[in-house]
Amino acid sequence: MSLLDRLTYVGDEEGPSFGEKLLSINWILVLLLTLLTGVGLAMLYSAASGSFEPWASRQAIRYGIGLTVLIVVALIDLRIWMRFAYAIYGFTFLMLVAVEAMGVVGMGAQRWIDLGIIQLQPSELMKIAVVLALARYFHGPTLEEVGHPTRLIVPIALVMLPVGLVLRQPDLGTAMMLMMVAGAIFFVVGVRLWKFLVVIGLGAAAVPLAWTLLHDYQRERILTFLDPERDPLGAGYHILQSQIALGSGGLFGKGFLQGTQAHLNFLPERQTDFIFTMLAEEFGLVGGVALLCLFVIVILYGVIIGLRSRTHFGRILAIGLSFNLFLYVFINVAMVMGLIPVVGVPLPLISYGGTVMLATMGAYGFIICVYVHRDVRVPRRGLQSEL
Amino acid sequence: MDRDVERFRCLTRRTLVLGGLQLGLFGVLGARMYVLQVSERERYAMLAEENRINVRLIAPSRGTIVDRTGEPLAVNDQNFRVVMVAEQSGDVDTTLARLSDIVDLSDADIRRVLRDVERRPAFVPVNVIDNLNWRQVSRLEVNQPELPGLSIEVGELRRYPYVEATAHVLGYVGAVSENEMTGDPVLALPGFRIGKTGIEREYEHELRGEAGTSQVEVNAVGRVIRELARDEGLPGAQVQTTLDIGLQDYAQRRLAGEESASAVVMDIHTGEIFAMASHPSFDPNLFTTGIDSATWATLRDDPRGRLSNKTVNGQYAPGSTFKMLVALAGLESGVIGPNASVYCPGYLDLGNHRFHCWRHWGHGRLGLNQALAQSCDVFFYDIARRIGIDTIAEMASRFGIGAPVGIDLPHESTGLMPNRAWKERQFDRPWQQGETLVASIGQGYVLATPLQLCVMVARMVNGGRAVRPHLAMRVGGPDGAPVDPPAPDLGIDPLWLGEVTRGMIAVTSDPRGTARGAQIPEEGMQMGGKTGTSQVRRITMAERMTGIIPNDQRPWDDRDHALFVGFAPVDAPRYAVAVVVEHGGGGSAVAAPIARDLLWETQRRAPGRPLTPEQTVATPGLGPPTGEG
Repeated sequence: MSLLDRLTYVGDEEGPSFGEKLLSINWILVLLLTLLTGVGLAMLYSAASGSFEPWASRQAIRYGIGLTVLIVVALIDLRIWMRFAYAIYGFTFLMLVAVEAMGVVGMGAQRWIDLGIIQLQPSELMKIAVVLALARYFHGPTLEEVGHPTRLIVPIALVMLPVGLVLRQPDLGTAMMLMMVAGAIFFVVGVRLWKFLVVIGLGAAAVPLAWTLLHDYQRERILTFLDPERDPLGAGYHILQSQIALGSGGLFGKGFLQGTQAHLNFLPERQTDFIFTMLAEEFGLVGGVALLCLFVIVILYGVIIGLRSRTHFGRILAIGLSFNLFLYVFINVAMVMGLIPVVGVPLPLISYGGTVMLATMGAYGFIICVYVHRDVRVPRRGLQSEL
Repeated sequence: MDRDVERFRCLTRRTLVLGGLQLGLFGVLGARMYVLQVSERERYAMLAEENRINVRLIAPSRGTIVDRTGEPLAVNDQNFRVVMVAEQSGDVDTTLARLSDIVDLSDADIRRVLRDVERRPAFVPVNVIDNLNWRQVSRLEVNQPELPGLSIEVGELRRYPYVEATAHVLGYVGAVSENEMTGDPVLALPGFRIGKTGIEREYEHELRGEAGTSQVEVNAVGRVIRELARDEGLPGAQVQTTLDIGLQDYAQRRLAGEESASAVVMDIHTGEIFAMASHPSFDPNLFTTGIDSATWATLRDDPRGRLSNKTVNGQYAPGSTFKMLVALAGLESGVIGPNASVYCPGYLDLGNHRFHCWRHWGHGRLGLNQALAQSCDVFFYDIARRIGIDTIAEMASRFGIGAPVGIDLPHESTGLMPNRAWKERQFDRPWQQGETLVASIGQGYVLATPLQLCVMVARMVNGGRAVRPHLAMRVGGPDGAPVDPPAPDLGIDPLWLGEVTRGMIAVTSDPRGTARGAQIPEEGMQMGGKTGTSQVRRITMAERMTGIIPNDQRPWDDRDHALFVGFAPVDAPRYAVAVVVEHGGGGSAVAAPIARDLLWETQRRAPGRPLTPEQTVATPGLGPPTGEG
């Protein structure tokens, strides 16, 4: 057996053949993702005042790359992903450490590794890697074992290590998302509810301490969220302008390319974090709700795929990644509507940004991979013939 | 397997709970959107409009100023200037360097531009250079491609075509200073100019007009995207002055022969000022383009009062031109009759003080007519001694001395007419009779502006009406109403006015008159008047002993002021004049010829409007001089 064969050997049970796999890719889901990206491209076209440059064209290319990644990820045997889950996690974690060391300073926080072609945000990849690692971990233990507190030390460490790193960057939004995704996974795998209550209680007790550890701009954002009028031209500006743009859109919006607030630059970051506001300004409540429904369908689809999988790893993976998408969408939309503080979370597939596009398409690659390999079984005690 | 089923069931159950939670949260998002976009839509729509619509002011075009015939005196020229938008220019330094090949840019200009560029957002136009000529404009236009971000804009620039001749009357416009910001937002416009002095200031409100507005859509950093609505506003009204620019120009040139002088010519019936000149003058156009501090200091510190309109701001002891008032006071109070006479030995002793006549060997016995003609001091000492200062002051104030006459110019000086109460108040000491004597020959505390003296003589020869001088004939174009205030009667017996008028005619007509050399030779245009020579410094006893040093041997600013007030024509007076030549020497030798030339030129030009019947009422008893004439 060659090394490659040994590395990729995942058991005697035959998976589906390549042709079968290609056919069994959930093309409807791919279509939905493409539809979302299309909406995103239209909004980026509008954000550039009716021009494909500079955003829409590049975003389209990224979508192409993302689609390739999705298909490749989907076609690789789920058991191989399972085998390398920890390795992927470890690699991503190292990249996160590298950001600390050699990251480029952008937007006041170190978040990117400059690879020349794209600036990679390891924290975005980490959101997938954590789900992979946790899915891998919880594939093993029975419900009874999960109930044993010592069994939770490793997964908590898996989460808290990257959380600690992104907090140092500092990226409050990603840290929160990581913890919430982990919480969701802990919840679905059967961790007792009282344990959550204990953690939440401890967390609440730690708020005053955390407050002192926050950066000034983070405190500012939270205070501003609580009272946006307190500094309408400063930190409150984003929230206020976003609400004005959104509210003035009305039921049916001002029409494509007609959003005055966005086009006159009152709306900050309209091509990234606040793109939903622009959509709601131009297409109104109807357009905004329609987009949210599209996301709900996509998220629901992922959850259903998860539930249909025969491997626990696949289930957790699909449900965790779907929840991840939900978090993106909810945090972003709630943020632009002034429901939660501005934390800098983009709207996947719609916002301009390479890493998020790649991460989202990659995540759905995994979900489709779960779908393709839905009937593959993997014993609870792990993969056969592990090295 | 049971264990697998068990945990799958748990997973499914909890996933459904989680999914429900997610759907619930999506519901929250939808509800929030509904609140923002439907319930509170109106409010946000309004905020959005306020966000994007910006009202900008358009500076109104300033009203022009014309003379009585419509000849423009203050106009608006197109001002071609170069403005630079830094963000379109890219490399500001290179662009400026290229520009300086075409127009003269000083290092200071470049520094100012660079500083402005740094201070303002990159899209805000910065003024680079003003007042380009056509040649520069065309060269700039040809070279436009090499001058990115530079554009030529047209603005307004005030220009005064008669330059020095109208500088004092019209005043000039200048940038709005901090304390002139009265809340009219148009004042805050960059480059806006307002009247600083003269008519430009007096009629600022009318000349300014009303700012228009332009509603523009702006983006978040204030860049104009497009214009949504425009209201042109109201251009400033035209102010037609009573000036006859030909006469004004003549007066200015006539005064130019002296070091420092001023003159006013007015219509005795209507109060219209035909000419108001003050020499030396300045170029008001310097102020509109921004004057440098060195030039400004030179103008300001000129001892001859270059920037001051001496016709309203120069205050002089009226000297002998004051004597008519003493005569009128004496006649009205009955202290003297028309035929009274006084013997002048050359002096009058009062207590232990001797008051000299200018002619220290005396005039002998003379009546009022000759006393005025020869300007005998003793005659008026005698009247003054008998009637007292308060009677004189009362008469003087009726003729406009000691209070602003109400000319439509800013900061008119009041002059000074002292009386007992004033002296008590001012010095806390009682009035001395000697001071009455000094005042009676227009010396001492008495001060009057040339305009006041002109008004004084006008009121004497127009039948005793309190005519008020004014400079604005119409405000707001041909439809504007003429500004002619009715002249109330001063209540002086026309007989007394006739006596005084004949005395003034004798000044120029009598062989012994002080201004006999200055009569207008042309028949029907002859003038009457009164000379005055006002001492600038006291003649000391020592000087009287050794002989008074002649004027032309004294330093300029020690010499006497020369004054003349007059009117013409003698048989139907229409015009009044006042001339003051600072340190000019004698009134008869210096001021009278100027007055003659002005009245002569005035009558040749005949600028006045036809009079109403009530205005043409001639002074009774006027005609060929009678009595001692």
